[in-house]
Amino acid sequence: MLLTGMTMSQPVVRVASIRKTYGAAVAVDDVSFDVQPGEIFGLIGPNGAGKTTTMECVEGLRTCDRGAISVLGLDPVRSARALQERIGVQLQEAQLQKRIKVREAVSFWASLYRKPLNGDRLIEQLGLIDKRNAWFMTLSGGQKQRLFIALALINDPELVFLDELTTGLDPQARRAIWDLVRGIRQRGKTVFLTTHLMEEAERLCDRVAIIDHGRIVDIGAPAVLVLRHCPEQTVIVTTDDASARERFQALSNVQSVSSQGLELTVRGTRGDLVTQVIQCLAEHRIRAIDFRTELPTLEDVFLKLTGHAIRN
Amino acid sequence: MMRGLWRLTWLEIKIFLREPLGVFGTLLPVLIFVVFGRLFGRQMRGASTGIPRALSVDLPIFTSLLIGVSAVSSLVAIIAIYREGGILKRLRATPIGPLTILTAHVTVKLLFTAVTLAAMMLVGRRYFPTDADIPIISFSLALLFSTVSILSLGFLIASVVPTARFAQPIGSFILYPMLAVSGLFVPLPSLPPTLRAVARALPLTYVVSLLRGIWHGEGWAAHASDVAVLALMFALFSAISARVFRWE
Repeated sequence: MLLTGMTMSQPVVRVASIRKTYGAAVAVDDVSFDVQPGEIFGLIGPNGAGKTTTMECVEGLRTCDRGAISVLGLDPVRSARALQERIGVQLQEAQLQKRIKVREAVSFWASLYRKPLNGDRLIEQLGLIDKRNAWFMTLSGGQKQRLFIALALINDPELVFLDELTTGLDPQARRAIWDLVRGIRQRGKTVFLTTHLMEEAERLCDRVAIIDHGRIVDIGAPAVLVLRHCPEQTVIVTTDDASARERFQALSNVQSVSSQGLELTVRGTRGDLVTQVIQCLAEHRIRAIDFRTELPTLEDVFLKLTGHAIRN
Repeated sequence: MMRGLWRLTWLEIKIFLREPLGVFGTLLPVLIFVVFGRLFGRQMRGASTGIPRALSVDLPIFTSLLIGVSAVSSLVAIIAIYREGGILKRLRATPIGPLTILTAHVTVKLLFTAVTLAAMMLVGRRYFPTDADIPIISFSLALLFSTVSILSLGFLIASVVPTARFAQPIGSFILYPMLAVSGLFVPLPSLPPTLRAVARALPLTYVVSLLRGIWHGEGWAAHASDVAVLALMFALFSAISARVFRWE
């Protein structure tokens, strides 16, 4: 990946102990994290956890009460003008004029920046070429979001903010958007996104910060967080061999075995669990009708760390 | 400083024309005027000497003001819709200045108001007896100036009204009653003292005085104080709304 000398290894975003209150309600409390160049960083948590407030403070749209934020080495509020040329923003639930055409929106946005990308090419890359003369109000949810991505990319920004990008989209449109976001990273840009969809975070983000009730709970790569907080693994074996349950229970990595009909659910610590179960099956010639493993997900991590499931 | 102003203005003109009520709403007052002109114009022409002052002077002023006020009221609604839909917020995250967005909308509204008024004047000349010495250009200028000063009051309302659903009713609720105490229907001196005080605090009172004077050919110099008060109000309302204006 090509990095300019200035930003090499320096975080693109640095947030240090920020706090933001609305009247008596504390929206964000003592939140700190860094976003590294070239990564997709996700701020994840339920609705109302403080994701959007945090992101809008970083974008310079809000001023935090306490703490410090640096974006590309600049203060997002004081250097708002200079930053606007270098960042791209997609806001949650934003709208455009109902009867503005796709092409008009893109070319108007392009006219606001000093060195914009070619608008027509961007429309083509985002798969909106057939819709370029369509009014905003006639676009589908996925098409609107693709237009907003186009507007966020029109100034060829170094850092792109995406707030709840796929909320309300069907799974197919969601997957298409994920590919687009990966494409943004491939162009060497940094992506800072928020989502309340754990699957989205797991599939898309290089690193995530879990936020709940305005506080950061933990930060790390999704796989690392899962390993750190949910080290257990589950093997599910379907068998008609009555001795299987006892034999599994004797294995050293196994913590518990429960059965439901012919299905045995073997829970244990990661590492040798799968190997041990397979060896046990072979050794005692247990006939397995079905065999599968289950790994915990970010969803499980969230549940474990916050004590509640993520509300949808 | 005003990067994107002309592009945005042009864009908003196109968008306005695409709205179902855009062209129709602009031309509706003219159409009504034509219909009435066809129905009653002949009678009026015949009785040109006997037309009461209320009809020959105050009616045109009243009509013009209604158009100006409805422009303000619809501007209030547009700003509220843009705010509620997050359009203002999205624009705020670009290098475009807030003033640019507002200026573009005011320009569009003034433009279409001017189109309506110009068409009314032309149609009016055809159907109704007008004194040849009415200073049309001066009157148009006075009317545009008046509309701008009412607009600043509209902005103040638009700045603090949270949702689109309330913007238009509240705007109308404040703007239209202003017409009642503006001195157009009841002379100011015959109003009760409290209402007179209210009237003096509202821009429309000075607008009516200015428009009447210009219509009569009294000239701008005779109404310098009206212009001064309106300019002062414009500056004051604009300054306050710039402070309290909410983007979301």
